[in-house]
Amino acid sequence: MDRYSLSNLIRNARRGGGTWSRAWRDAEPKPAYDIVIIGGGGHGLATAYYLAKEHGVANVGVVEKGWIGGGNTGRNTTIIRSNYLWDESAALYEKSLKLYEGLSHDLNFNIMFSQRGVLNLAHTEGDLREIARRTAAVRLNGIDSEFLTTAQVKAMVPILNTSANARYPVLGASLQRRGGVARHDAVAWGLARAADARGVDIIQNCEVTGFDIKDGRVTGVRTSRGPIAAKKVGIVVAGHSSVLADMAGFRLPIESHPLQAAVSEPIKPVLDTVVMSGTVHVYVSQSDRGELVMGAGIDAYTSYAQRGSPAVIETMMASAVDLFPIFSRLRMMRQWGGVVDVCPDASPIIGTTPVEGLYVNAGWGTGGFKATPGSGWVFAHQIARGEPHTLAVPLALSRFASGALIDEHGAAAVSH
Amino acid sequence: MLLIPCPWCGPRDETEFSCGGEAHIARPKEPATLSDAAWADYLFSRRNTKGQHHERWVHTHGCRRWFNVERDTRTHEITNVYLMGAPRPGAKEG
Repeated sequence: MDRYSLSNLIRNARRGGGTWSRAWRDAEPKPAYDIVIIGGGGHGLATAYYLAKEHGVANVGVVEKGWIGGGNTGRNTTIIRSNYLWDESAALYEKSLKLYEGLSHDLNFNIMFSQRGVLNLAHTEGDLREIARRTAAVRLNGIDSEFLTTAQVKAMVPILNTSANARYPVLGASLQRRGGVARHDAVAWGLARAADARGVDIIQNCEVTGFDIKDGRVTGVRTSRGPIAAKKVGIVVAGHSSVLADMAGFRLPIESHPLQAAVSEPIKPVLDTVVMSGTVHVYVSQSDRGELVMGAGIDAYTSYAQRGSPAVIETMMASAVDLFPIFSRLRMMRQWGGVVDVCPDASPIIGTTPVEGLYVNAGWGTGGFKATPGSGWVFAHQIARGEPHTLAVPLALSRFASGALIDEHGAAAVSH
Repeated sequence: MLLIPCPWCGPRDETEFSCGGEAHIARPKEPATLSDAAWADYLFSRRNTKGQHHERWVHTHGCRRWFNVERDTRTHEITNVYLMGAPRPGAKEG
């Protein structure tokens, strides 16, 4: 692998360019690995990367049924923040945000992390109280969070409709300045390249069709490219966790829903931060290409089709135009959907399963991208050491029986 | 967009309905003796089927009545609509 640096850039240019080696190998599946990770999205690749880097386990195969980063990693709206209400969530998402802050250097790959700030708008008296509470809770956890008045919001985002006559007037906002956006494909590619450099095999077009389980212990996976033996297996499949769990013979408290997003035609810079509104229900940022990237809530029914109903997009667009009247004549270029696995308490499940040696990292719902490195960090620890990372202890599957749920339905600030 | 055939009002746009989630989840017969794990399974675990899924819908902005729908979660095709209380189509036992 070529290191990306100024000197290598000059050297390559002198050779006439185009002589870079490929970023990661197109690995063939080996008959056996110490650890098989199912799912080549950001979370799976991060798990493999940290297994190799932090735990010295490089005999790892990542099996991906399509291409890496082709699921929710490539379909989300790339927002990163850590302003969660409960201590358990705040600690994990803050760990992830801190890893994101150093990830470009760590991976030697520019993930274009732009800490442009994330605003959560308040439109009602109830919103105001909730945002004041959240801002205080987040600060108590040592995470940056500020409360902004309407005038401060207007100064920061002049194109936002802050008129008192708006149907849902902007009464204030919370702001996390360290939040922002990153290039989602680069996160997948950078993690894949760095994991590959440490010896991890990334096997694309390899769908898992079943598990080999002997005496309650996993011994391998069956795939569309033949069986692969493994001492330990991690399920990190975003929208298909229940399907994989079913293959292994256990049930999960998860339902899979479509989550849709859309981008506009590219325009000149008009929005240099991320604006989220739970009440009017839309979140918007502007990409480096000038497109406005928007998302909203899930479709109500379950689906594995990677598409949802147009009515959801229509409501989202109405919300966007309500908040930003300047967007009303924009043409939308693309609209798409992904499958998100939603838990009853809107917090993920990380840890052991009823099958020994088989671990699960699932149920990130609508907000998994921001957690990518943190999720990989704690899941690698779980698989390598066989015990949960301190940050992941409260997220075990057993919380649904104990009742210690971590209710983060309000955390998305849009998906109540 | 789903076109949902309400058993009483005929085919109507999805936006007139609300989705009530998985159908045929029976409340435990003896809740007092149920273990925590069994409670968790009843309350939270779901089939989340990839394929033929059985779910409840209510015609919120129409007749306001509940009914069951069999729908393929891979294609969204609705293959059956049946009344509340009726058994799951093709089920061996209730």
